[in-house]
Amino acid sequence: MNDKNNNIMIDIQNVSYEYSSYIDDSIQLAVKDLSLQIKRGEFFVVLGHNGSGKSTLAKMINGLILPSKGDVLVNGMNTRDEEKIWDIRSTAGMVFQNPDNQIVATIVEEDVAFGPENLGVPPAEIRKRIDAALEVVEMTDYKSHAPHLLSGGQKQRVAIAGILAMEPDCIIFDEPTAMLDPSGRLEVMETIKKLNEDKNKTIILITHYMDEAVEADRVMVLNEGEAVMLGTPKEIFKQVDRLKSLGLDVPQVTELVYELNKEGYNFKDDILSVEELVDTL
Amino acid sequence: MLKDITIGQYFPGTSIVHKLDPRVKIIIVALFIASLFFVTSFIPYILIVAFIAGVIAIAKLPVKFIIKGLKPLMFIILITFAINLFMTKGEVLVELGPLVITKEGLRQSVFMALRLVFLITGTSLLTLTTSPIALTDGIERLLSPFSRIGLPAHELAMMMTIALRFIPTLLEETDKIMKAQMARGADFESGNILSRAKNLVPLLVPLFINAFRRADELATAMEARCYRGGDGRTRLNELKFVTRDYAVLTGMTIFFAAIISTRYIW
Amino acid sequence: MIIELKDVDYIYNPGTPFEKKALDKINLQVEEGEFIGLIGHTGSGKSTLVQHLNGLMKPTAGKIIIDGQDLSSKETKMKSVRQKVGLVFQYPEHQLFEETIYKDIAFGPKNLGLSEEEVDKRVRDAMELVGLDFEELKERSPFELSGGQKRRVAIAGVIAMKPKVLILDEPTAGLDPKGRDDILDEIRKIYDKENITIILVSHSMEDIARLVNRIFVMHRGKVALDGPTREVFSKTDELEEMGLGIPQITKFMKAFKGKGNDVKDDVLTIEEAKEEILNYLRSKKDA
Repeated sequence: MNDKNNNIMIDIQNVSYEYSSYIDDSIQLAVKDLSLQIKRGEFFVVLGHNGSGKSTLAKMINGLILPSKGDVLVNGMNTRDEEKIWDIRSTAGMVFQNPDNQIVATIVEEDVAFGPENLGVPPAEIRKRIDAALEVVEMTDYKSHAPHLLSGGQKQRVAIAGILAMEPDCIIFDEPTAMLDPSGRLEVMETIKKLNEDKNKTIILITHYMDEAVEADRVMVLNEGEAVMLGTPKEIFKQVDRLKSLGLDVPQVTELVYELNKEGYNFKDDILSVEELVDTL
Repeated sequence: MLKDITIGQYFPGTSIVHKLDPRVKIIIVALFIASLFFVTSFIPYILIVAFIAGVIAIAKLPVKFIIKGLKPLMFIILITFAINLFMTKGEVLVELGPLVITKEGLRQSVFMALRLVFLITGTSLLTLTTSPIALTDGIERLLSPFSRIGLPAHELAMMMTIALRFIPTLLEETDKIMKAQMARGADFESGNILSRAKNLVPLLVPLFINAFRRADELATAMEARCYRGGDGRTRLNELKFVTRDYAVLTGMTIFFAAIISTRYIW
Repeated sequence: MIIELKDVDYIYNPGTPFEKKALDKINLQVEEGEFIGLIGHTGSGKSTLVQHLNGLMKPTAGKIIIDGQDLSSKETKMKSVRQKVGLVFQYPEHQLFEETIYKDIAFGPKNLGLSEEEVDKRVRDAMELVGLDFEELKERSPFELSGGQKRRVAIAGVIAMKPKVLILDEPTAGLDPKGRDDILDEIRKIYDKENITIILVSHSMEDIARLVNRIFVMHRGKVALDGPTREVFSKTDELEEMGLGIPQITKFMKAFKGKGNDVKDDVLTIEEAKEEILNYLRSKKDA
């Protein structure tokens, strides 16, 4: 049992989340009886259209909200445990969608210090952590800058640094690129990849952009609070019709192969990039 | 654009004044303001001017900026001057119809106007040489002894920091909303006071809603970063008094005590 | 010609250390009925340009003529310019403020001084154009709706002014794939149904490729490219140098053609690519 737990970072056990509808007070379920295990060091993506329950799920992972039924265990700690909640949140950090509404201080390095300050880390150690975190996200040159003058991508990287300074094992990203322009999106995705590959952080990325899911270890598709698909990106994306009916997209090249195969051809149906398609044809 | 506005503009620098612990500066400004209200004659004003000039010189502050800072309050200064000029009873100097200028009035109006000018200038010296964070840290540390009797010093300081952080963001938001409504034919400029107030609704409602939404998201983000109030928090930059701080504080206390004493000696 | 810009400059914060030339000798002509895509990096001047087109910003040099009216002339009334050129900002749902959806959409027409009947007609028409049910939603608060619905209300608010030119700044920002498709379909419907000129500002090359017939590319305050869609997207190298991309499907066709295969590479959509590849495969089989 212990061996198994060592490898599991996040254990979601039959979790449901109820809320009452704004419109008619009826009880609705944002998440329905979901079970999932995310391994240490994994790059895990949750795909779903707006309203599929993915943000609710994200917030249950670090205990910002508690499930109505079921349990969420982070490194073996239950999010219902009030004593452990701060350990849970420093183990599983979270980066949100709106770059502005995460930044608390008037200077970049002060904001990155916020997390460690809350944890009571001694000042000299905070200094070290800030420098290291800003280095990873490549924002060292901006440490004395005012955050409101930064671009969206830069702000998000500062937010990521702020989480890194808490030295988490796992980072949850709740639609981190939804409000960014293409270059900002690229900056953030590259940083996320670096965190997973170089720093071995477990990454949980919540998104509706399929091109961000292409390099994940595993992808879960959420619809109406239920996990309807779970597998590697290649396994998921070849199911073009299913994804479209769930309100999601596939890469254009994947769709092209799908269309060609409908005409009787038999190309590999798990192609995700331009290079792959060129080679195949 | 509007991004460049900073409340109580801070002029970064490396002078001794800049490097002083913010608590020292806050206390000095408090003493300064107090002394202004104790002074009853013009002679101590020389010392006041010397103080202001000294700080400006040491901190290398741009004088025209300080004078610019007086502009918005020019109106109040003039009103004060006028009221004292025409309302003070005493030895009549000039009569302009119903308005009477007395010798005492002349003296009083100049005296009071100068007091206002010094008040504004002195406070701006504080904000010009102290960054907003340093200021809030200083205020928090000074008020923290009072948290024992229930004053939420840390929470107040956190509120101030967040407010300062979001002022440029909210100004930008205001600009955006204004433009969006203007694109729909909204008019924020013409009309009397009443109609202009009503016309602000399409600006204020979205602004408030957005501000609340921001606050909610920010609170969630802060919780995710383990914020739980002031207990047990450390600070990246702990304020610590050094010799220079003690020296300046002692020196300035004596200086202002001397100024205040002129009320009783002179 | 409905919009004409002659040598337009715009300088932010002139004479200060923060001075920046956001628009640099812009010359543009837009004919009625065009569907134009405006693309460019953040900071290329897109937003600044767009705000000049309805008089929200005034150029520091040059002339802007909207539907025959010179914006700098004293006779030009800004209100009429703002009626003629409707501008939908990014995240337009952030400007909603009224108690009911009806009232919010009616805000624009009311500001134009129209009669109650005309305002009512405008609100109904606008809601229909964006796919909102009039009877069901008119009395509801706009804040009860989902993000995508709120956005539709905001767009309806601008359409209700019956502009001749509709400018949409990133109308799909923050929406999920289905939401994006829905809004773009509606924009296409509006274009086809009303006799309207549309300028679409977007970062998504795929969206642009699918909808517009002409593209302006902004780069560092200048119009770097101006031409029909296929032509602009064929200039891959220039676009890449400016930090811009092309639709993935176009990129693929170029790469494929680059390997020596006999295919057209000015493809804009999956359907076109499918045609080309099918033809190619069939001809290979026959050979």
